[in-house]
Amino acid sequence: MTTTETLRHTEPEAAPTANTGRVGAGVFNPRQLLTSLPDALRKLDPRHQARNPVMFVVWVGSLLVTVFAVAEPSGFTIAVAIWLWFTVLFANLAEAVAEGRGKAQAESLRRTKRDTMARRLVEGGEELVSGALLRVGDRVVVEAGEVIPGDGDIVEGIATVDESAITGESAPVIRESGGDRSAVTGGTTVLSDRIVVQIATKPGESFVDRMIALVEGAQRQKTPNEIALTILLSTLTIIFLLAVVALQPMSTYSGSRQSVTVLTALLVCLIPTTIGALLSAIGIAGMDRLVQRNVLATSGRAVEAAGDVSTLLLDKTGTITFGNRRATELFPVGTATAADLAAAARLSSLADGTPEGRSIVELCVAEHGLPAEPTQAERAGESVPFTAQTRMSGIDIGGRQIRKGAASAVRAWVGEQGGVVPDEVHEIVDRIAAEGGTPLVVAEGPVVRGVVRLSDVVKPGMRERFAELRAMGIRTVMITGDNALTAKAIAGQAGVDDFLAEAKPEDKMALIRKEQEGGRLVAMTGDGTNDAPALAQADVGVAMNSGTMAAKEAGNMVDLDSDPTKLIEVVEIGKQLLITRGALTTFSIANDLAKYFAILPAMFAAVYPQLDKLNITHLHSPNSAILSAVIFNALVIVGLIPLALRGVRYRPAGAQALLRRNLLVYGLGGIVTPFAGIWLIDLLVRLLPGM
Amino acid sequence: MPGLLQLGLLLVALAVVYKPLGDHMAKVYSSEKHWRVEKAVYRVTRVDPGSQQHWKTYASAVLGFSAVSVILLFLLQRLQSLLPLDFGRGPVPVGVAFNTAISFVTNTNWQSYVPESTMGHTVQMVGLTVQNFLSAAVGMAVAVALVRGFTRSGTDRIGNFWVDLVRGTIRVLLPMAFISAIVLVALGVTMSLKSGVDVVNPDGSSSTIALAPTASQEAIKELGTNGGGVFNANSAHPFENPNGWTNLVEIFLIMVIPVSLTRTFGVLAGNRRHGYVLLSVMGAIWGAMLAVIWWAEAHPNGPAALLAGAAMEGKEQRFGIAGSALFANATTGTSTGAVNAMHDSFTGLGGGGTILNMLFGELTPGGVGTGLYSILIMAVIAMFLAGLMVGRTPEYLGKKLGRREVTCAAIAMLAMPTVVLLGAGAALVLPATTGVLNNPGEHGLSEVLYAYASAGNNNGSAFAGITVTSDWFQTTLGLCMLFGRFIPILAVLCLAGSLAAQKTVPRTAGTLPTTGPLFATMLGGTVVLVAALTFIPALALGPIAEALA
Repeated sequence: MTTTETLRHTEPEAAPTANTGRVGAGVFNPRQLLTSLPDALRKLDPRHQARNPVMFVVWVGSLLVTVFAVAEPSGFTIAVAIWLWFTVLFANLAEAVAEGRGKAQAESLRRTKRDTMARRLVEGGEELVSGALLRVGDRVVVEAGEVIPGDGDIVEGIATVDESAITGESAPVIRESGGDRSAVTGGTTVLSDRIVVQIATKPGESFVDRMIALVEGAQRQKTPNEIALTILLSTLTIIFLLAVVALQPMSTYSGSRQSVTVLTALLVCLIPTTIGALLSAIGIAGMDRLVQRNVLATSGRAVEAAGDVSTLLLDKTGTITFGNRRATELFPVGTATAADLAAAARLSSLADGTPEGRSIVELCVAEHGLPAEPTQAERAGESVPFTAQTRMSGIDIGGRQIRKGAASAVRAWVGEQGGVVPDEVHEIVDRIAAEGGTPLVVAEGPVVRGVVRLSDVVKPGMRERFAELRAMGIRTVMITGDNALTAKAIAGQAGVDDFLAEAKPEDKMALIRKEQEGGRLVAMTGDGTNDAPALAQADVGVAMNSGTMAAKEAGNMVDLDSDPTKLIEVVEIGKQLLITRGALTTFSIANDLAKYFAILPAMFAAVYPQLDKLNITHLHSPNSAILSAVIFNALVIVGLIPLALRGVRYRPAGAQALLRRNLLVYGLGGIVTPFAGIWLIDLLVRLLPGM
Repeated sequence: MPGLLQLGLLLVALAVVYKPLGDHMAKVYSSEKHWRVEKAVYRVTRVDPGSQQHWKTYASAVLGFSAVSVILLFLLQRLQSLLPLDFGRGPVPVGVAFNTAISFVTNTNWQSYVPESTMGHTVQMVGLTVQNFLSAAVGMAVAVALVRGFTRSGTDRIGNFWVDLVRGTIRVLLPMAFISAIVLVALGVTMSLKSGVDVVNPDGSSSTIALAPTASQEAIKELGTNGGGVFNANSAHPFENPNGWTNLVEIFLIMVIPVSLTRTFGVLAGNRRHGYVLLSVMGAIWGAMLAVIWWAEAHPNGPAALLAGAAMEGKEQRFGIAGSALFANATTGTSTGAVNAMHDSFTGLGGGGTILNMLFGELTPGGVGTGLYSILIMAVIAMFLAGLMVGRTPEYLGKKLGRREVTCAAIAMLAMPTVVLLGAGAALVLPATTGVLNNPGEHGLSEVLYAYASAGNNNGSAFAGITVTSDWFQTTLGLCMLFGRFIPILAVLCLAGSLAAQKTVPRTAGTLPTTGPLFATMLGGTVVLVAALTFIPALALGPIAEALA
């Protein structure tokens, strides 16, 4: 499975899902440009503009040219003024569109946040209070059909809970006191039974509140990398400001004093407006892409860190392997054929509802063509369930007694009936155990039919995933409670780079610290309370929504789907975010070359006609050349909004290959595109009066 | 000597010296041992050579040392009449003394005076030549401090300025200058403490030809990429540069330390290929600029030049087009500023080439030390963009380039364009200055642009053609030299401190290799694009308009 496919698969449809009201914000819809227009206009407020140094310069320039357009109106000045304002507006539009998607999600979340009444436990009974008045440590009772009034942990009882309001997943989940599935979220509904919840968050700081704030971008702060990039962009802006300021005395000296309109046009074309306009939209969209995948990050910083991760800690069970052991091989012994063993094993497991039992039936069905469902005759058989005493399960049918179980239990049972377990069986059992599997012996009466190997099965595609990660420079470490032998066998199958066997929570913590000491950034997933310290220590800690409140508090991301493999996608989204910034910055700077070729000959056509040799695309006139450059500069922002929101295409690859590709597309492309773009626009602009 | 042979000899000589000199300098700046003479210096100056400095301490030492140097050099010139060997040249005027003091301490060696009639031998030897050594050693010290920032991990110490200064002077510059001076004398460069010789001219009149301790000053003038001549005609003067061989030796001396410092960098960074990459970028731009200047001078379009077959106006017959183009490209690509031909008389394209060489920020291969740290600053900027494009927080040599690193690099990058553009712009509008231009139009603009590019980049060569002795020029050019030198130095040392404090991030497959052609392309592209985008408007009204006419 390639990553691009995965990303596409997880992309939710653009339609709102039925009863949950959550809006999937998938592909960019041009209509969003229109609907975001009011917000974009509001953002013309200078206080808002001042936060973005590049666009602030454009804003001031627009104002300046407008003053001149009013004082000494000419078609050219008015046109330039209009397009400069469009430049500012388009930048606002990009941000507004990015924010708009989050707002729609926040709106639907807010609807779940109606005030609920809580049944607070007090000495000698319970009282009815508003959910907003609950304090940390309060205990509340919630029964079937009631809405849980706040975030907390179940301290008593077990219940099925409908969490679709938060996760969008309509299947109810089981939450119970104790263990790693005790956390409940305010706003979700209890479907059955009665639980007592100890409230863990203050009103206004609940999970839903945080989620709303996040998707709305209300708490959005610039991330470290965004700040560094802003500094670089500001520096370039200052350099170009100096170049343009110094150009006026040079022009005057050369005998062709320039108008403020022309100089402002030149300045705006040179400063990195493309990336300046799209920078915040890129950041918001990055968070949004996580939200689309049902991952909530507590800060943009965490998303950026994800791109930098160089070590991934992955739990074996559930992440690398399927949650349960599965039957993978049959070893007939004695006179039994493989078919005999399969028939016996299937019979013994027909009534066995455990995942292991079902996997035995599945194996027999797949490899020996046996029926999956019991036949009429087989239903008549009397099943023998597993008990802690016998440590076996099986069936009595038509005088046949078939049992399967651990080697020692079956040996005892066979011995009782006067049978002997052949040495062959012991050999097979020992070998399976040594290879990290679990042997189950199948016997019929006093005769052992053979052995079934149960083993951890690595999820399909994991090996390829890990190979991709390795190419990206990320080391994977498998964490398991298994012994070293078993762990090694699974690690080899899955293709992880390293493993930590018999891992206790403190071992995990020590491993993270060691990696971080070496300058590496570590990402991990976790759900249990004992994962919390490690989640907090890791640079990227993704807590499962099914986990405990403590785990969710400790991590800096929560995966609402509780899918530990999603960590890999989180890393990719982090990388995509940085690449998008870098690519658009390169594009923006590369664009300047063509703009010089368009504007400079136009500015000095009168004094130095020889400079027209630089006008290589033969733009119509000085006025049309300058205006065309300004229009191109504005339109390119709108043209790149979809890219900013979607992110630059990312394929896991080595750093060299990535850079080469992006330099070709956005560097070389950035040099060539404006020549063509300005030339095309000039074809239209020359038709305007006064050009 | 045929041009290509000169070029070939130069490259071979540089290649031969590259490894031993580069390795030697790496050892000089990383050795634990102190020479006996150095220990004596430390005892006298009461320096603890074992101590390591925080970047702020290091920077204070650089600034303090330079400030004291400026004051001493200023006083020395003002008190010239009290000194021996002054030949009655009297106290140097205040404006000139101010400008010259700054000029020599900043390794610029812009000369707004006629040496043979202004400076006596004592000021030359005790003042100017001493600064030729020390300002070069300061440049190397700052570069080495930055390299330590990259190579050290988790410390706030970046070395000891006094130790770096003393070692650079005693172990690198002094021995090399000594040998070079002897070679130059052997090849015909003069060396005399007399003020001059009286000669009877062919027409019967008599005149005095000035003499000076030329060879000793000539050696460090080129070796330390200083460029301040003991004669007004600089390296075009037959006593400073008598023939093709001395010309070649001088070009070699100009290039040798900046080029070899890339090796030093590679060795200290633990992988010589890091140095080769920087050298390849420097070399590619240097080669391209040489081709442009050489071609332009060989293919002029004026009637007189066409008659001569080449642009020989302002060039010495004994060097020819090749010897002049090679020298011009070396001196403007290294912040040296010595000249063996009048750059003002170069063609529009050729003269523009010399200006652009400076406007790259003096990093092809740049001044002694300054070239290395200037290109490392560009490497930080290039890697920041490249790093983003591979989806990681950008890093270079295992150090993350975050907010503070980018800020430092940005300030270092911003200083030069600011002083050059503002200086040239202001000079062109002020009515008091326009009168001093000897050429109108685009060539006049080139002359002013050249002056400020030269000062801002601490080059020191002049297009000439303008009279720069007015207070306006003395002051503004002096300030350009100061800011152009010390703002980047402060930013570079701050960067070094912030890098040294970081832990080194281990290399993984996701780390962008900075030893290959891809990084070289990225770095070269950044250098060219930044210079081009910043200065195209100014160049368009000067050299470009002139070249396209």
